[in-house]
Amino acid sequence: MSERDVVDRLESGMTIGIGGWGSRRKPMSIVREILRSSLTDLTIVSYGGPDLGLLCAAGKVRRAIYSFVSLDSIPLEPHFRLARQRGLIEDEPWDEGLFMLGLQAAAWNVPFLPSRAGLGSDLMALNTRLKKVQSPYDDQEEFVAAPALTLDAAICHLSRADASGNAAFLGPDLYFDDLFLRAAATNRFISVDKIVPTADLLKEAGTEQRLRVGRLFVDGVVERPGGAHFTENPPDQARDEAFQALYAASARSPEAFAEFRSEWLDISEDEYQRKVVTKS
Amino acid sequence: MAKADDVKFTRADICAVALAECFRNDGEILANPIGTLPMIGGRLARATFEPDLMMTDNEALLIANDEAYAWGEQRIVETSNPYRTMFDVVFSGRRHVIMGASQVDVYGNQNIAAIGDDYKMPKRQLLGFRGAPGNTALNKTSYWVPNHSTQVFVERVDVVTGIGWDRAVAAGPAVTRYFNLRRIVTNLATLDFETPDHRMRLRSVHPGTSVAQVLAATGFELVVPDDVPESRAPTAEELRILGGVIDPENRRQMEVDNNV
Repeated sequence: MSERDVVDRLESGMTIGIGGWGSRRKPMSIVREILRSSLTDLTIVSYGGPDLGLLCAAGKVRRAIYSFVSLDSIPLEPHFRLARQRGLIEDEPWDEGLFMLGLQAAAWNVPFLPSRAGLGSDLMALNTRLKKVQSPYDDQEEFVAAPALTLDAAICHLSRADASGNAAFLGPDLYFDDLFLRAAATNRFISVDKIVPTADLLKEAGTEQRLRVGRLFVDGVVERPGGAHFTENPPDQARDEAFQALYAASARSPEAFAEFRSEWLDISEDEYQRKVVTKS
Repeated sequence: MAKADDVKFTRADICAVALAECFRNDGEILANPIGTLPMIGGRLARATFEPDLMMTDNEALLIANDEAYAWGEQRIVETSNPYRTMFDVVFSGRRHVIMGASQVDVYGNQNIAAIGDDYKMPKRQLLGFRGAPGNTALNKTSYWVPNHSTQVFVERVDVVTGIGWDRAVAAGPAVTRYFNLRRIVTNLATLDFETPDHRMRLRSVHPGTSVAQVLAATGFELVVPDDVPESRAPTAEELRILGGVIDPENRRQMEVDNNV
């Protein structure tokens, strides 16, 4: 399928989980397609990077559910900061370990998972969804009940897949892509740099340890070499730091973002990928 | 350049030693210092007095190398440590993290999320809560502040991301069972919480700075003992390891002003 086919399956107001971590292996081609669409009023669930920043800059985000937003080599995400400082989005902060438990709870179909993370901090006041639960066992202690982060849709970028959605990551870390894809009951989409025949998948992955996403949890695959651009996606692509700096600089003014947008976003994904190649 | 026993060292070298000292007696845990100088300090601790520490490659591996960066193909991999595993380690408690702090108060409450009175529309949005609530509730925690100032050391933090001693005690046994906020190392001094009510105490001033200088850069009342010792100077052997093995590119010198 294409990015456009993915976006046609999404609706305004949905809660969408986005895989990857910071500015690492983000499904940017699908994020860009959301920007080109009429979708709006989205709740984004993400270990945030330019996915969340870009969607904020384009006015697509109603609510951000996140534990951090960073571009890694640029520690603070400038577009996300602008949206927050102007009060343009609802903010739902999480601890990054609790966030994993929220995804895991959704994946396991339980309403919450308990943790000590969050106790005593302002997270309990600023994230109004977080409640405490008392242990029913002898200790009787109170824990944070991380609520299930149930998703309406999940999008991730992986390295290789077959056409039915069995996929491999080739970089250093799967991050929590498998959990994102399990936290949604349907509308689970991945983009990959290359679709290969199922018979070649293990050879492409090098080891079965890298085959961590199965078709049980995937509803559609987009083949898009460079789909994670400009985030890092080793071994296929390093982060495009020059491009990321350009993106960050476009938060300087509305005019700067308008210029970035017309140059890099108001064009088709095919055109985007061609321009990236020509530029470098 | 300060001078001791005819050995030349810089403020950054002193900070590296002070950061290494945070890990003394930690034994076999994951030492997770975040940032260039803390990473160099952690490597120094392991290369000298805490050989059982495990440390990351800043990504998904725990590696044995003494070098603090640029391992390339020379990585000596001990085990795999993707984020999923890292959170298992965090939740297990077998970790000592050194985080940064945009604001910190007298009990060690830390803010890295947002600056300003109105959280819904902050004056400056920062990183977010990141792992600070879980880190502080579950792991040994220290902080590195490369620019000791009244902007960082404040009477009241705008958002409590990492919890300090007063919040931990108020939260009860579910937190105090594991809570262990250790030290804050800055470009001027080392601070701790070894006081009866766990208020922040001036533990030592770095050679070349004074108690008065630290107090002027702190926006609340520090506990100051009658005799404040000087922070330990690096030994000749430590300087050799720092410059020759851990940090041959002298990256540590870039993170603090060596001329103050």
